[in-house]
Amino acid sequence: MTDCTEPRPAQAADHRDGEGQEGMPIGHSSAGPTPSQTVGPYLSIGLTWAEGPYVVAADAPGAVWLRGEIRDGAGEPVPDALVETWQADPEGRFHTPGFRGFGRCATDDDGRWAIRTVKPGPVEGQAPHLAVSVFARGLLHRVVTRVYFADEPQANDADKVLATVPQQRRHTLLAEHDDQGYRFDIRLQGDDETVFFEL
Amino acid sequence: MTTSPHPPLLSPGYKSTVLRAPRQQPILLPHSLGELTGPVLGEGPVVAGDADLSVDGTAEAQGQRIIVHGQVRDAAGRPVADQLVEVWQANAAGRYLHKWDRHDAPLDPHFAGVGRTMTDAQGRYRFVTVRPGAYPWGNHPNAWRPAHIHFSLFGRAFTQRLVTQMYFPDDPLFAYDPIYNSVPEFARDRLVSAFDLSATVESWALGFRFDIVLSGDSATPMETPA
Repeated sequence: MTDCTEPRPAQAADHRDGEGQEGMPIGHSSAGPTPSQTVGPYLSIGLTWAEGPYVVAADAPGAVWLRGEIRDGAGEPVPDALVETWQADPEGRFHTPGFRGFGRCATDDDGRWAIRTVKPGPVEGQAPHLAVSVFARGLLHRVVTRVYFADEPQANDADKVLATVPQQRRHTLLAEHDDQGYRFDIRLQGDDETVFFEL
Repeated sequence: MTTSPHPPLLSPGYKSTVLRAPRQQPILLPHSLGELTGPVLGEGPVVAGDADLSVDGTAEAQGQRIIVHGQVRDAAGRPVADQLVEVWQANAAGRYLHKWDRHDAPLDPHFAGVGRTMTDAQGRYRFVTVRPGAYPWGNHPNAWRPAHIHFSLFGRAFTQRLVTQMYFPDDPLFAYDPIYNSVPEFARDRLVSAFDLSATVESWALGFRFDIVLSGDSATPMETPA
């Protein structure tokens, strides 16, 4: 058997245009972006890691739990979803050594998820926020939202992205602080549907 | 007119979309640094042997051994190097190792159905596994999913994140599958791997090629394609 890094036959090295090249496997178009498909109900097999929910260590300065639940248009919990977060460090920097910035957590049987992280610093003048992807059975592609923090009212008022969100829906993007950390529930559909973004 | 290759979130033939697809229009998000960067996961989550699903220690999984390989590129055709690729799948009998899968088909004690690897400098990846079986699901009467392998890719930026499914050539179940058919017709064949004789290893395993092209831009300086 060959190794992944071993040099390959010419047709494997460059067949960007797909058709008409000798040796190109038949029936496979590489003409454009690959479509998305749902993660399906068994996503936890492939997409969960033991350390996934821990963006930072428990004893990291400012470590806090961000948690919530996901519900569908009937108000039922979504037990087969995955939340992923991507964020800057507390100084607003990405890719700093020792700071992964990425968290992922599948929902439990009650639709709940939790990620241990730190509040990010401001990036390019925006209010502190996390970028969030939600995957689930029944979602043919991910939906994207942002977690802002309700205890940053001045920064939120000046945030250019929040300004594009209708005032009556902005609260769906605000994590509220309680005695267990920050809470951010996600409603996929229905009254109080979470604001989702198009990239 | 849309040219997006992605399926609409509300695709009623796939019943689970009806209560889960958001109904409000998404708000266009201008890309800032947070969107144009993404996690660099490196080798962290990958353990030696993770790219071979067909063996559990020294015990072989049941089923037809296959090799699945391909190249990950961005929308401009540049290889996406050194990035995590995650896969998961049913076993050869069409059964997932998951508490909710109650399909009356045997579990294989030597097949967990999960794999991870990193793309190389040319964006290439390679897994050894067994061909997954088709399996029934409850979407509509006599519904069966075409055999598939789930793929998860990060790319270089938050904008490029992709989860998809790879199918096998000429599956007769394509015509009946609302998940496959949720994709606009012009892009469906991008989900179908190609039999690849050049990757087939004599007297050992069939090869299939599945190239993946990620949508979305990134801020990371590009390496020159090799």
